[in-house]
Amino acid sequence: MSAPGLSEHPAARAMVARHRLRAWEPLPWILAFGFYFAFPNHLGFGTDLLIMILFALSLDLALGYAGIVTLGHAAFFGAGAYAVGLLAHHGVWNEPITGLVIGAAVAGLIGLISGLTLLRTTGLTLLMLTLCTMALLEEAANMGEKYTGGFDGLPNLPIPPLFGLFEFNPLYPRVQYLYVLGVLFVCFLFVRMLVYSPFGQSLTGIRENVLRMHAVGAPVNWRLITCYTISAAIAGVAGALWVQTNTYVNLTSLGLDRAATVLIILVLGGYGRLYGAFVGAVVYMALSHFLAKVYPTAWQLGLGLLLMLIALFARNGVLGLWDRLMGRLLSRRAPP
Amino acid sequence: MSAPLLETRGLGKNFGALVAARDINFRLEPGARHALIGPNGAGKTTFINLLTGVLLPTQGQVLFKQRDITALQQAARVKQGIARTFQINRLFRGLSVLENVYIAVAERLGVAGAMVKPAGMRNDVVEEAMRLLDVLKLSDNAGHRIAELPYGRQRLVELAIALGLEPEVLLLDEPAAGVPSAESHIILDAVAALPKHIGVLIIDHDMDLVFRFAERITVLVGGAIFAEGTPKEIGADPRVRDVYLGQAQHG
Repeated sequence: MSAPGLSEHPAARAMVARHRLRAWEPLPWILAFGFYFAFPNHLGFGTDLLIMILFALSLDLALGYAGIVTLGHAAFFGAGAYAVGLLAHHGVWNEPITGLVIGAAVAGLIGLISGLTLLRTTGLTLLMLTLCTMALLEEAANMGEKYTGGFDGLPNLPIPPLFGLFEFNPLYPRVQYLYVLGVLFVCFLFVRMLVYSPFGQSLTGIRENVLRMHAVGAPVNWRLITCYTISAAIAGVAGALWVQTNTYVNLTSLGLDRAATVLIILVLGGYGRLYGAFVGAVVYMALSHFLAKVYPTAWQLGLGLLLMLIALFARNGVLGLWDRLMGRLLSRRAPP
Repeated sequence: MSAPLLETRGLGKNFGALVAARDINFRLEPGARHALIGPNGAGKTTFINLLTGVLLPTQGQVLFKQRDITALQQAARVKQGIARTFQINRLFRGLSVLENVYIAVAERLGVAGAMVKPAGMRNDVVEEAMRLLDVLKLSDNAGHRIAELPYGRQRLVELAIALGLEPEVLLLDEPAAGVPSAESHIILDAVAALPKHIGVLIIDHDMDLVFRFAERITVLVGGAIFAEGTPKEIGADPRVRDVYLGQAQHG
């Protein structure tokens, strides 16, 4: 007895169509591919940028969609990094693709175990607990010097050619760039599928009003744990990529510096909107690259100022600002 | 007398030394139109929270269809068929009206954890959510975000979410609270038009609404049941008039 016409309602049509590919969505990928040809001498920078995008994307799933406020996401980046690094260094396993799976599994497992306890909390408590989890891992990596190389990390990791064919050349990181771009694309499709699914919809429900989610019968805690585990696994992939393309691992993969950077990137680009990770990473990395050249001594000052401006005037980041501008332009053009 | 849908036996709740609910024996019959009234601080919302599992009682039991659900958590009770609305809106403010109802319907149908198929391709969920909005005359607002809606319309979304759960027991905590009187008739009409088989318990201060809607009224004072009866009996009870109804006239 479905009434005809209801499914033709604009809101219903928008809901049915919201996951469809928009016209501009291929653009970032065309740009990323174009970068490969346009800047052959900056592919090392480009590779790091793509890895940061993937890392920020993983954080967006947890923070932007599910509203899990974390300051310790580098724990999972580091977990993936050290998993791959340790196995390669000790001659156990170093094949790249399976290395990503291992990195994801280890980081996901740590996400699951830590999530089981810390996702019962919210707000400041949660923030501190995520920070503590990361500090514990960092200290473990520091203390386990015999295996992890401690503060110095593990240099010169032997990473074999991709598919046994394509060598990772440290001076001309063409293979690395395309490899990371491919992995980012696959992970992005996965995250995109998640956020438009009913599961993703329920995550936004938890973010918007957790008490109401309990009252509609949602297993809130399990949804959060699932989300956190997936997010951790993707961060682990980013960490694994970082080790494979740099052929070393050290404590910077696990530290507060990295955790804060990825948070800044996401806030800068706009969270809870998939492409915020892209915009944020490009703006942050390009700006710090440029500022470090122009003001080698005080480049962080410029970043700090930009962040203050974003926090004061553009709460939803660069993409939020863009939305507002477009909204204003369109409403001006529309007939009164 | 038929078996009650929802029942409490000797239900009590203490917050430290404060007794918020005391020895409440309450029955909600299938298809009931029951109202819960009482002065401010009488423990009405506490009672709803005990029924829905937001709070665990200090003493006593809650039974649903004669099964003890005292230990069940809130989400599990919703799955059994107990839904509520909140005195103060608890909506997904950043999402559209349709998405708000979608979340409830998807949860009831058990598809809310699905990760592969896009939410919009669950036509059954979208259509059912739209149908609910149509019944509550909200379909014109379906695409609006909650934050863009006037408060009265938001109250209707509260109701739509609860109805999306297809409850057997519906607990309405002041459904018309905060709604301008010009709009309150929309809420009252919606409440009056609820499916007959649902057992409804309504809390409200609006005596017109209560006496028009309810077939049975329970008066709560100081966390305990003070009186219970038909609207006629309650209206004629001098003790109730004293503690509650009469206050305005005396003043």
